[in-house]
Amino acid sequence: MAEGIKDKVAIVGMGCTKFGELWDKSAEDLMVEAFLEALEDAGLEKKDIQAAWLGTCFEEIHVGKSALPLAMTLKLPFIPVTRTENFCATGSEAFRGACYAVAAGAYDIVLALGVEKLKDTGYGGLPEFSSVLGGKPRLIFPNVTAPGAFAMMATRYFDRYGLDPQEGKLTMAKISAKSHRNGALNPKAHLRREVSVEQIMNAPIVAWPLGLFDCCGVSDGAAAAIITTPEIAKKLRPDPVYVKALQIAASSGEEMMYAGWDGAHVETTYRAGMRAYREAGIKNPREELSILELHDCFSITELVTYEDLQISPRGRAKEDIDAGFYDLDGQIPCQTDGGLKCFGHPIGASGLRMLYEVYKQLQGKAGPRQIKNPRLGLTHNLGGFPVMSVCSVVILGN
Amino acid sequence: MAGIVSYGAYVPWYRLNRQTILWTMGWFNPAAMLPGKKAVAGCDEDSITMAVEAGVDCLQGFPREKVDGLYFATTTAPYKERQNAGIAAAALDLREDLRTADFTDSLKAGTAALLSANEAVRAQGAAQVLVAAADTRLGKMGSAQEYFFGDGAAAFLLGEENVIAELKGFYSLSADFADHRRAARDVFDRAWEERWMRDAGYLQFIPRAVAGLLKKYGLNPGDLAKVIYACPYNREHAAIAKKLGLPPEKVQDNLMSEVGDTGAAYPLMMLAAALEEAQPGDKILVVSYGNGADALYFEVTEEIVNRKDRKGVRGHLADQNDLGSYEKYAVFKNLLPLEVGIRGEEVAFTQLSTLFRERRSVLGLVGVRCQKCGTPQFPAQRVCVNPECGAVDQMEPYRFSDRRGRLFTYTADRLAASLNPPAIYGIVDFEGGGRYMFDLTDCEQDALKVGMPVRMSFRRKYSDEARGIYGYFWKAVPLREGR
Repeated sequence: MAEGIKDKVAIVGMGCTKFGELWDKSAEDLMVEAFLEALEDAGLEKKDIQAAWLGTCFEEIHVGKSALPLAMTLKLPFIPVTRTENFCATGSEAFRGACYAVAAGAYDIVLALGVEKLKDTGYGGLPEFSSVLGGKPRLIFPNVTAPGAFAMMATRYFDRYGLDPQEGKLTMAKISAKSHRNGALNPKAHLRREVSVEQIMNAPIVAWPLGLFDCCGVSDGAAAAIITTPEIAKKLRPDPVYVKALQIAASSGEEMMYAGWDGAHVETTYRAGMRAYREAGIKNPREELSILELHDCFSITELVTYEDLQISPRGRAKEDIDAGFYDLDGQIPCQTDGGLKCFGHPIGASGLRMLYEVYKQLQGKAGPRQIKNPRLGLTHNLGGFPVMSVCSVVILGN
Repeated sequence: MAGIVSYGAYVPWYRLNRQTILWTMGWFNPAAMLPGKKAVAGCDEDSITMAVEAGVDCLQGFPREKVDGLYFATTTAPYKERQNAGIAAAALDLREDLRTADFTDSLKAGTAALLSANEAVRAQGAAQVLVAAADTRLGKMGSAQEYFFGDGAAAFLLGEENVIAELKGFYSLSADFADHRRAARDVFDRAWEERWMRDAGYLQFIPRAVAGLLKKYGLNPGDLAKVIYACPYNREHAAIAKKLGLPPEKVQDNLMSEVGDTGAAYPLMMLAAALEEAQPGDKILVVSYGNGADALYFEVTEEIVNRKDRKGVRGHLADQNDLGSYEKYAVFKNLLPLEVGIRGEEVAFTQLSTLFRERRSVLGLVGVRCQKCGTPQFPAQRVCVNPECGAVDQMEPYRFSDRRGRLFTYTADRLAASLNPPAIYGIVDFEGGGRYMFDLTDCEQDALKVGMPVRMSFRRKYSDEARGIYGYFWKAVPLREGR
C-alpha cells in the first residue's frame, strides 16, 4: 500500500523573481532569473539538473506550448523536460511532477519552474476563457470571468451563513487589508501599499459582491525549485526543507451538475487538504500548522479556504478574521508574503511562489516578515472556478 | 375541422418610449413623432429567439413529439442560407422527421404560413403544424420607421383536434406594391412616400381583401365579432373601420401604443390578442398587409375556454421594462459601435461539427436522466454524475427548457464583455433535479435573490460577425410576480 511521499524528497534551492507589471522583461528573462537564484541557493550547477518540469497556463499565448520554451531558454542539455498545465494550480503541478520523479528514484536532482507573462496578453485581468474551455463548453458556458465565478461563491456564502452584504464585504475587506500589510513588507511583491478597510469597502465593484481590492494582482513573474533526495539534500545544505505531503484533487462534475454541493465552499480544497493532513500525519491542523500560503485569488477564496482546510469552523471564519488569527502576529499567519493579492498572480509561477515563501520562512530567511519558530507550512493552489476546480495542497516542514 | 389548436405570443421585455426617440432624434426629424411605446428586442434576441419564445407559450400542454411541421415567418431572418426554422425546431426540441420552412420577404409572410399550415393539415399531410412568426425590423436613425417598428412574435398550432378557431376561409390579394423594400444586401428598411403608402396601400388593399372575403363567403360585416387588420397608422386604422362600417368594439387594437408594427408577426400577434378575449361562436377576420393582403376567416369554438392560460400578448404586456435611453437602444440594434474592449472583440470560432453533434444539448437544452438513480443532468453525460450511482450508458433524454428552476447563486459582473453590463449569470437548480450555470437575462441586479424562481429562455449567446455565425443557447429569466 502506497503511503505517500512524506520526507522522501527535499527542496534544496529556490528562486523567485520580483512579480509585477514587468513591461521590460520577457518570459525568457523571468525564467533565467528564477533559475539562477535557485541554482545559487542550492549551490549547484546547471549540469547537475537531470530533468525539469515547466508550468505555464495562459503563457502559451506568449511562449507557446510544450517544454521547449524552458529547455531552449536555459539551454538544458537534452535532458527530459515536461510542460504541465492545470489552470491556476499549474505551478504546483510542475512541482508535483518533479517531486514524484525523485521519490520514484528516477532522478536525483530535478528542477520545477513556473512562469507567466500575463502583461503581454493585452487584458486587464485574465484573458478570455472561451479559448481554454474547449469547443463544447464554449457553446453553453456563460460569459464568465474569474471574479464573477468566485463572486458567486460569495453570494452563496453570505446567504448560507446569514451575513448581510455589508457584513460580508467587511469580513472580506479585512482579509485583503491583512495581505496588503504583509505585501508592503515584501520587496518582491507586485503591490506594496497598505490599504485601509474603508478603501477596500468603497472600491469599484468588479463582480458583485467583489470589489477591486477583493481581487488579486495580475502579474508577470517566475519561480523555481530544485528538488532532490533527503540524502543528497543533507550534503548540500544544513537547512533543506522536506515535503511532508503533496496532494491534488480535481472536480468530478458534482459541483456543477449535481445538487449536493452547497456553493459556499470549494470541495477540491477540502478533499486535497484532508488527504494532505493524512499524508503528513497531521491530526489537528489548527494547532500543528505554523504558516499558510493560500490561493487568495479573491478574498472570498481565502475565507472559505480557512474553513475547507478545517482551521476555522464552517461558517465561522469571520470570528478568526476579526480576532487577527491569520495576521502576521496571529496564531497561524497567512499570506506572509502578501499572497496572490499583493505578491501577484503570474499563473504558472504562483504555486511555486507560495512554496518559496514557506521555504524561506522555515529557513528563517523571511526578513521583516519572519515568523517565530515555524515547523509546518501549507500551500494551497487552486485552479479553475469553485464550481469546477483543481486544487493542490503541499505541506512543507524542516 | 381544421384550424388553430393553440396560440402563444412573445413581446420582448424592453420598451422604448417614442418620446425618448424624439428627445434624441427630434433635432433631425421632429415630424416623425408618434405617441406611445415600442417593444425592443434585447441585445440577445432576434427573430428566431422570439419565435421560439412564442412557440413555447403556444405549445404549453401539447406534446412536442406530435408536432409534424414548423413554419417560420419573418422578414428579418438571421440567416439567408441555413434554415432559420430548423434552428427554431431544434430549440423547441421537435422531432427530426419534420417539415420545416421559412416564409419570408413580405409582411404577409405570417398569414401565408398560417394558410399553408392549415392546408397541410387539411390535406392530411400533417396532423399538427406549428407556425411561428417574428420580426425585428430596423429603420435608420431618425426615420419614421424607427418610431413605427416594434419587435415581437406570435405562434399558432394548426391541427384538426381540439380546434379553438376553425379556419373557415380566406381571400388573398397579391400586387407588386413596393411601398417598403429591403434588397438582399440591405439592413435598413426603405420606403416610398408615406401619403402614397397610406392612401394607395393600406386604405385600398385592406378594404378590398375584406370585401372580397365577405363576398366569397356571403358574410356581412354585422356577422363578425372582431376584425383584425395590420395597419399601424392610427388615423387610417380608424378610417378603414369607418369604411367597413365597423363599430370600434369590433376592431382589434393595432398594438401601436405598446408594441409597434412587428412586420410579418404583426397581424398574428393581433390575432393572438383577439383569441385571449374571444368567445365561442365568434367570427374573426384577420387581414395582413404587404404587397397585397391575405384575409383569413375564423370561427371560434367551445374549446377556446380551455386555452385561456397562455401568457399571450396580454401577459407579456404586463411585464415590461423601460429601456430609458435611446443610445442603449442604438447599441442593442447595432446602430452605434460600442467600445467592447479586447474581451468583447475576442470571439472564439464555433466548431459547427461539434454544434451539430451536441445540438440537442445546445439548441434544445435537452440533457439526460439516469434510469438507474433518476438524477437529471445537463449537459448529456454518459457516466452518471451522482457519486452514489455512477451508472454508465443508462441515460434517457430529459428536456430542461420547459422546467422552472431556482437561482442557486448569481453575480453581476462588470469585467465580462457585454452590450448590456453588468453581465449577470448564476447557477440554476432545476425543479425535479439538475444543475448548471447559465447567463441571466431580462433582469436587473437589484431584483435578484438567492432561491428565486427562474424560467429558461432561448437567446442569442454571441454574434460572430466576422464569420457570420450566431451562437444560440438558453438563459435563465428570473420570475417576478406575474411572470
